[in-house]
Amino acid sequence: MTEKVTLHINGVRYEAEVEPRRTLADAIRDDCGLTGTHLGCEHGVCGACTVLLDGRPVRSCLMFAVQAEDAEIRTVEGLADGDRLHPLQEAFWRHHGLQCGFCTPGFLMLAAGVLEADPEIGDAALRDALSSNLCRCTGYQNILKAVRAAAAEMRAWPSADR
Amino acid sequence: MSWIGRPIPRLEDPALLTGQGRFVADTAQGAAAVRFVRSPVARGRILGIDVPNDLPAGVRVITAADLADVRPIRPLLHRPDYVAIGQPALAATCVRHVGEPVAAVVAPGAAQAEDVAELVFVEIEPEEAVADLDLALAAGAPQVHAEAPGNLLIDGRLATEGFDAAVAAAAHLVEIEVCSRRQSAMPLEARAAHASFERATGRVTLTCSVQMPHMLRTAIADHLGMRESDLRVVAPDVGGAFGQKMSLFPEYLVLVWLARRLRGAVAWIEDRRENLTASAHGRDQRHRVRGAFAADGRLLALEGDLRCNVGAYSSYPVTCGVEPLMALAELPGPYDVRHYRARARGVATNTCMMAPYRGVSRPVITLAMERLMDCAADRLGLDPVELRRRNLVRAFPYRSATGLLFDEGSYLDCLERAAATVDLPAFRARQAAARAAGRFLGVGFCVFSERTGYGTPAFAARGMEIAPGYERVEIAMDPSGNLEARIGASPHGQGLATTLAQLIADELGVEPAQIRIAHGDTDRTPYGWGTFASRSLVIAGGACKLAAAALRDRLARLAGHLLEADPGDVEFADGRARVRGTDLSIELATLARQAYHQSHRFGDAHDPYLAAHATYDPAGTFSNATHAAIVEVDPETGHVAIERFLVVEDAGVLINPMIADGQVHGGVAQGIAHALFEEIVYDDEGNILTASLADYLPPTCAEIPPIEVQHLVTESDATLTRAKGLGEGGAIGAPAAVLNAIADALKPFGVGVFEMPATPQRLRALIRTAQAGEVP
Repeated sequence: MTEKVTLHINGVRYEAEVEPRRTLADAIRDDCGLTGTHLGCEHGVCGACTVLLDGRPVRSCLMFAVQAEDAEIRTVEGLADGDRLHPLQEAFWRHHGLQCGFCTPGFLMLAAGVLEADPEIGDAALRDALSSNLCRCTGYQNILKAVRAAAAEMRAWPSADR
Repeated sequence: MSWIGRPIPRLEDPALLTGQGRFVADTAQGAAAVRFVRSPVARGRILGIDVPNDLPAGVRVITAADLADVRPIRPLLHRPDYVAIGQPALAATCVRHVGEPVAAVVAPGAAQAEDVAELVFVEIEPEEAVADLDLALAAGAPQVHAEAPGNLLIDGRLATEGFDAAVAAAAHLVEIEVCSRRQSAMPLEARAAHASFERATGRVTLTCSVQMPHMLRTAIADHLGMRESDLRVVAPDVGGAFGQKMSLFPEYLVLVWLARRLRGAVAWIEDRRENLTASAHGRDQRHRVRGAFAADGRLLALEGDLRCNVGAYSSYPVTCGVEPLMALAELPGPYDVRHYRARARGVATNTCMMAPYRGVSRPVITLAMERLMDCAADRLGLDPVELRRRNLVRAFPYRSATGLLFDEGSYLDCLERAAATVDLPAFRARQAAARAAGRFLGVGFCVFSERTGYGTPAFAARGMEIAPGYERVEIAMDPSGNLEARIGASPHGQGLATTLAQLIADELGVEPAQIRIAHGDTDRTPYGWGTFASRSLVIAGGACKLAAAALRDRLARLAGHLLEADPGDVEFADGRARVRGTDLSIELATLARQAYHQSHRFGDAHDPYLAAHATYDPAGTFSNATHAAIVEVDPETGHVAIERFLVVEDAGVLINPMIADGQVHGGVAQGIAHALFEEIVYDDEGNILTASLADYLPPTCAEIPPIEVQHLVTESDATLTRAKGLGEGGAIGAPAAVLNAIADALKPFGVGVFEMPATPQRLRALIRTAQAGEVP
């Protein structure tokens, strides 16, 4: 038994035939071919599959594709503006905020959602928000450094002027 | 200007940052999905496997009966104290741990494969199982393998002459036992593989999340009885490994077997539950150590009873000897002790097999030594730093009691720097004030050596049938002047595509971005050993340097010919070959074009292919470090807060300091996790109780404190790059620093802290017991 579902991802419309039990993560990866969203645990702990759903970070492994029918979804593939990296991507690169890179898309989308919701977020709240996701390589040192740097950059250059 | 020592951003990052990374699961579109049916019990006889007889089209189930021609995995050590045991690709007659694969379901989609796997019923008559290390050693324990009486898979012993006399002469004997609970390396990407059969050639390409692609090719070909040239192994982007992805696993044999049998493509993407129950674990160890100290604190003799729970099978190729034998050889660590006696046992249990995990045994033997030092300091009434000062190796090269050769290090300097940085007298004053106010702070130090970059002699010394160690690098310049270096090492997050390019760039006077590092494809790269054991930058780096220098010499001859100069006068910088002391020069791109397309101009001896290769197989080098932790323990809750964590590290020349720091950070975080949080738990029947990330607890950024890193640089004369490895040090040193700090904080309660993770429950139990007036 399958159902038609329409997903809007990074401004592109995708139509897929999915079983009701198909997770949003699987639909993004396998039906829409956007493999930048990774699966690390499939039970909502690691956050590697984090995407933005109507601007809010969500675990795409904990939602069904059919639940995302009318939402605007953003994934790591939509973060850069063409060849111009998003300030978060630039900062992760410059500050060595990634090693194996598997958790990176989830952290980027988590941080993008957090900073867009609250550009002035304080350090304790930022650390608390980023504790949603797991990284096994970096010990989080440079992820925090990168997100702080990107936050400053985004405050100094709001998106229209970047 | 040299590229070495510059913290340049990594060349591999743009793809990973934009969602263009290619991990195994990203390559598996169109492949049939494989799901393994696994044993739900720890030990038992298989009475039957009931497969539904109305399987949908395109679905099949295979069992051991289908795999009669597949050899069991049975790695060898050539030593009399080792018992070789076999691991079937799929269990045939009995199961030995929860999670052991018994059958495999192939279906067009992953969800369907899981549905069918639920319907496969494996009838098992359960038998008494043993999961605990010391219970497995007890008389009358269930035997995991009939050929290994007493569950002893390896029983190594070492003793120096005059040991008993040295102990007899000692003023103080200090004996402790430490315990490390079982860990999972838990890479964020679990295991995964995609095997694809090519009808035109009969070859299979196995795309696999693996650290040792060439070894895996050989191993699979051997076990399936196929020609090695019919198999290509590709390690694409690998989402972390930390040792867990070194081994030949049964699942990979099944995948390649299926691809050949079905003449198609099959993929298995491990889920987290499988990864936590059935991939590999490590560091399930208990060590009793006894130090014989002179009145002045000198360690005269050291004795160890080192026990490692190695699980139900022996990991291939390193074997179940990897933990006990490393513990046996390296227990004395950075201390100058001339008399040593130890026994190291690898004990089989009905649990998931052990495989290397970052640092292997060293996090636990370092815990043993460093707790011993603190306990001895207490006994002798010495400051812990002073006791270490009196015992650290000072003169180099140093030959240890177990025969290891230490190149020059900065053991004492790192310790002094760490002690000065935390300002010990000021801390003691603050600690006393806090105690008076009912708060319990503690400081802990950990000094250790990290054996890195070792080649074949070190592995051969363990008696390994398959002795890794060398690395070969092939470097070629194409007609446009760009370079490709093909390496046998197989990076998966360590940034080698950047650091090796920095090394080569310096040899050839080009920019790192002009150099592509090709790795992780057995069709394209020379036979090598992959990336593990803090070896790649040292060994592949040395080979890169040699190969690049050989290519430089060839280019110098060609440039000398064209510029009518002595090749010895040609130097390389800014992408050009220049004749020293003149304004004559030629762009490398032009030189390369001439070499390939105007080869007749260089005479008969000219080989137009601009390539060179080199192999490097060093004896090894020792990095060293001191870690220091300051913690606050809440005795009411058992909660430990790490207030400060400091690393003073010496890994020789740092090729890219930013990447080096990243390795230290990640290792320390895993070490803190080991000390405080992570634990794989089995119950008495061998059921695993920590099969999800809600139960197994890797830390988040909320638990990991800021990590301060300082570097000292002792240029190694034992390596070509003068660099030492440092990938494991963070994980080796952090646990002991944290536990020593906790013990220091809890000193007023008179408790000993010897077990990790030191969870709130464990610390509360210690405090409760002490307060009830019992001896802990």
